[in-house]
Amino acid sequence: MHILVLLKMAPDVVEDLEIAPGGKALDLDCLRMILSESDDHALEQALLLKERHGAKITALALDAPEVDDALFTAAAKGADRVMKVVGMDPGFTTREAARYFSQAIAEEPGLLPADLILTGVQAIDDLDGLVAPIVADGLRMPYLGIVTGVALEASAQAARAIKEYPAGVRGEFLVQLPAVLGIQAAEKPPRYVPVAKVRAAMKSVKIECSQALTLADGGLPLVGVVEMKRNEPAGHAEMLEGKPDQVSGQLCGILAERGLF
Amino acid sequence: MSACSVTLETLPQHPEGKEILTCLQCGVCAGACPYGDVMEYPPRRMIAMMRAGMQEKVFTSDSLLSCVACYACMAKCPRGIRLTEILLPLMKEQTLAYLPELPAELQRALQNTLRYGNPMGEPSRKRAAWVKTAGVPIRSFAEDRRPADALWFVECYTSYYPRGQDNSRATARLFHRLGVDYAILGNEEKCAGECGRLTWEPGLFETLMDYNMAVFQKYQFNRVVTSCPHAHNAFKNRYPVLGFNWALEHVTPFLAKRLDGLNALLTRKLPYLVTYHDSCCLGRQNEFYEAPRQLLRAIPGVKLVEMVHNRVNSLCCGGGGGGMWLDTYFKAKGYERLSERRVREAVATGADILAVSCPYEISRFEDALKVLGYDKRMMVRDVTELLAEAMEE
Repeated sequence: MHILVLLKMAPDVVEDLEIAPGGKALDLDCLRMILSESDDHALEQALLLKERHGAKITALALDAPEVDDALFTAAAKGADRVMKVVGMDPGFTTREAARYFSQAIAEEPGLLPADLILTGVQAIDDLDGLVAPIVADGLRMPYLGIVTGVALEASAQAARAIKEYPAGVRGEFLVQLPAVLGIQAAEKPPRYVPVAKVRAAMKSVKIECSQALTLADGGLPLVGVVEMKRNEPAGHAEMLEGKPDQVSGQLCGILAERGLF
Repeated sequence: MSACSVTLETLPQHPEGKEILTCLQCGVCAGACPYGDVMEYPPRRMIAMMRAGMQEKVFTSDSLLSCVACYACMAKCPRGIRLTEILLPLMKEQTLAYLPELPAELQRALQNTLRYGNPMGEPSRKRAAWVKTAGVPIRSFAEDRRPADALWFVECYTSYYPRGQDNSRATARLFHRLGVDYAILGNEEKCAGECGRLTWEPGLFETLMDYNMAVFQKYQFNRVVTSCPHAHNAFKNRYPVLGFNWALEHVTPFLAKRLDGLNALLTRKLPYLVTYHDSCCLGRQNEFYEAPRQLLRAIPGVKLVEMVHNRVNSLCCGGGGGGMWLDTYFKAKGYERLSERRVREAVATGADILAVSCPYEISRFEDALKVLGYDKRMMVRDVTELLAEAMEE
């Protein structure tokens, strides 16, 4: 079994985000990048499958600041091969990200055949969750998204994928392999790997590089950013002070005044 | 002994390892350990099992999760075996490797420390944001590279945690009034990492140590003064392997040495009955017992009373060795929180102020006071906060 995990770095929202001059994108110079949370879950799901069934895991990432740290961490956790796609123009779109992945998967020796391709179903800069379905389309593989658990059939020709629906409903799907799965959450939270192991991986593991090819011009984009700006605070919280009966009196007054009673 | 070169396998070849083999099995360590009564394998048994080649049993238990690195076992050992410094971190490291899952709170703290340089997961680029609220000028080396006598290594809780910042603002005011020639690292500073090593994460500690040493070497200063006893511990005992050879002081003894100058500034009377909690790192590990008491006695109006357990017998707040991020885990196991045990002793003295010198203790003791319903009877204040309050503007 060969599992390919696609990893993408996303803006780290712990640090402040700045909007670039022009107002259509984040300022890349001010960003810190972090492995997209659901991609981290995709890697964890691959590691769980490896532990259960034995598998070779290849982690394929798109070049970005701090991506090497993410790939060495993946190797320390148990990825057998780590590779990054380099040479893209900065600020590529989600569709372009998917096409860079598809290109590398098709061109680089040993990435195919892959029985399972796992990636995060969404990223904070890909809320539409387009990467996985576009990759699946390009590779002519079935796609299933918002997956929260994967089990392999005994034949290893198919997998059972779990999806969770509102109101406590759980769906189980049988998907023929090879397939692309968009992982929402792994069956367990992403594991901790001791930093000493990551440091050892930095010394012993080689990150392979795949040169991105120029993408064919897709014509005018169907969807484009018009403007990006921060939400402006419309008002502030009003703190009520006093004894409990005074505060409750004030609260009732405010609710009545605003027609909420 | 190098922090980086010793493993459990090579330990018996080192003098410290041979020392462990001389353990009398008297059990004083287990009695002194604040969680010795709930550990499946308290320190004495750990040593016995290691000598019998049964250490894997220890690693697969969660005994070492309860070690709060308080140095009590080490301070009391009649053979002087340096358990907290040598054996326990090595055994904790193995426990981490065997644990199927880290407690989530601890995992987040370790990951945050690696990525953002602080366990809270606060933005690394806002580490020095508190400086704007200090009310006195604070020089950052990144903005002004001129040499300074002292590098003030502020540390995490004192940079980010709102009540910890009170300590930093107080320290800045004291340094300013005393005319201390100092600068800080600002946003370049990252956690010194002591809890990384004593938690189980030598790799995290080494990463932080490499980083901080590289930053130190960019600037010129004669001494490092730190607000955090844990950072002091790391700089004193671990960083020298990478060439840390600057003079080193914690803020409390640093100020005590300047008491002559300070006395003239302490003009406001504070009518407080104060009891002082000896932090494990500052007290048992470095024997700074008198400096904080000297400072407190110098404040006009302050009366000092002692808790039953003081100085070398002080009870741990429970925050060391990763305990800061294991409260939920301990609660789930039904353990008593050590900070609550300590606060009961403090309240029993009748004092209205619990004075501390470690940034961990503010949050731990304030929480404990609230949980136990004593928050109206007692306040927690860092020694520097009290000194700054006693200075007229």
